[in-house]
Amino acid sequence: MSPRTKFELKPGMATREAFGRALVELGRENPNVVAVDADLSKSTYTHFFAVEFPGRFFSCGIAEANMVGVAAGLASAGKIPFAASFASFAVNKGFEQMRVLVAYPGVNVKIVGTHCGISIGEDGPSQMATEDIALACSLAGFVVLSPADEVSMRALVRAAAAHNGPVYIRAGRPKVPVIYPPSQSFEIGRSVELTGGTDLTIVATGLLVAEAIRAADQLAAEGVSARVLDMHTIKPLDTDAIRRAAAETGALVVAEEHLAEGGLGVRVAQAVARTHPCPMEFVGLADTYAESGTPEELLDKYGLTARDVAAAARRVLARKR
Amino acid sequence: MQRTNNVQELNAICKRVRRHIVQMIGAARSGHPGGSLSAVEILVTLYFDVLRHDAARPDWPGRDRFILSKGHGAPVLYAVMAECGYLPVEELATLRKLGSPLQGHPDKRFLPALEASTGSLGQGLSLALGMGAAARLDGAGWRTYVVLGDGECQEGQIWEAAMFGAFHRMGNVCAIVDYNKIQLDGFVKDIMELEPFRAKWEGFGWNVIDVDGHDIAALQGAFAAAASTTDRPAVIIAHTVKGKGVSFMENNPKYHGTAPTPQEVEAAMKELA
Ligand SMILES: Cc1ncc(C[n+]2csc(CCOP(=O)(O)OP(=O)(O)O)c2C)c(N)n1
Repeated sequence: MSPRTKFELKPGMATREAFGRALVELGRENPNVVAVDADLSKSTYTHFFAVEFPGRFFSCGIAEANMVGVAAGLASAGKIPFAASFASFAVNKGFEQMRVLVAYPGVNVKIVGTHCGISIGEDGPSQMATEDIALACSLAGFVVLSPADEVSMRALVRAAAAHNGPVYIRAGRPKVPVIYPPSQSFEIGRSVELTGGTDLTIVATGLLVAEAIRAADQLAAEGVSARVLDMHTIKPLDTDAIRRAAAETGALVVAEEHLAEGGLGVRVAQAVARTHPCPMEFVGLADTYAESGTPEELLDKYGLTARDVAAAARRVLARKR
Repeated sequence: MQRTNNVQELNAICKRVRRHIVQMIGAARSGHPGGSLSAVEILVTLYFDVLRHDAARPDWPGRDRFILSKGHGAPVLYAVMAECGYLPVEELATLRKLGSPLQGHPDKRFLPALEASTGSLGQGLSLALGMGAAARLDGAGWRTYVVLGDGECQEGQIWEAAMFGAFHRMGNVCAIVDYNKIQLDGFVKDIMELEPFRAKWEGFGWNVIDVDGHDIAALQGAFAAAASTTDRPAVIIAHTVKGKGVSFMENNPKYHGTAPTPQEVEAAMKELA
């Protein structure tokens, strides 16, 4: 039997709320931290910041392209702006501005996209971001973060502020389990090994990290030893940990709440293709748009649960033998 | 279906539609009551009096087109379509449930009688103008109507479309702004002021008609005035009350996106009896 997971999963807050709280902390420490919003401050939790620092909060109305442009201007003049909206609107509507005003000149803007993936639920596909990882990763020089719980979100929001350059942070709508102890440290570009394992490695990000831990527990009961990596930084990718995992466990499953095409999965595959090719499986959204339903129903229907991760693990093991 | 230009009959339909809205959002336990209730008279007047359409033939090529650009108002559209016979009234109870044709925002994949899938604000006016351009190319007489939110008019694309509409003299397109003065985070004047709103549209070359958006006779007059100008597009600025008809929702930003509790549904149904 392989060791059980290192961390127990306890109920926690949504990563978007953890972002909002971390932003207030940063605001207290650094007067250059400012926030820009597009009529979603109560949903993105930037209203915490707006209440405490009204003079450093800029309401843009429902105008995401302008929001990103204004953030670029603030950053060009020395501020550290956090621009937040639903991921689908911030990235899809602000993309050209993220490219030309932020990435291209390498300006110090932090874009925060909340309500990522399909776990937003009943509102349906127009509000769901299922391609934001692909888009953000396509911008040269962008750091792309996808924290799994409140502890990692808080730490990575701080790391994003300390990093001088463009950052995209992905946050979710539903409450998620706490994975980490408060003392856990995080570094941009360095994944966290949540369980050691020898038979295969599950590389997961965001909401799927907790599912990967649960899947590893299921697999352990079957005598399968699964390593779980929390890939909280999607760009720059921790290729060392991924190549080591491929070399040591010989099989990979990548799990993400995003289109399987264009997300973390293809980036992991690219990292191992030349030097450490091995059997791989991908847990992500098929080439489609989801629909309305409860978050649980949708994650189940679209194959983004611990059960799906465990099934992918069994498939990859079968190919390994 | 029953068509009518009788104000009393239209008001009676409005009351039924309001009851549907409250009940369906209450049952779904999520959704946007405020901006659905503010647009009831606009949509009822359109669907029962103004639009040329046939619920039995949703794909009739000669039909007028309707787009709910502020897609979060889906409940009012679904309720009006049900009253017209596009779907059974009982189906309204499935709003936002897995597999329902009544998705959280209008979704053509699930309800083909819809003209557009909306939900990302700011895009419907461009779509309407494109449809209008196609009608003109075909020499067809159908008109296109699009309902916008006031907050939605903060999107830059609305004003790109406004320029296009005037420049190309799209007289077969009519926009209606549900000017309820509230958006998601609060009052429009506190989030991003739109005033002077009429002057903006006039400056962009549109035929601007201000109207009380809950006065059906006034709306009928506005739609007639809009249709009579053929050399430029018209925008009806419909002054409305967000949450109209349910006292505790009226003018209360909380009910932009908060579903009524079962007790609130009960209280609202009494008011709408
Ligand atoms: C592009 C985009 N940005 C943000 C949202 C989130 N959102 C949904 S409704 C809403 C407020 C809309 O206000 P308004 O247009 O005034 O509608 P109404 O008051 O009539 O409900 C916002 C910001 C969205 N749907 N689309």
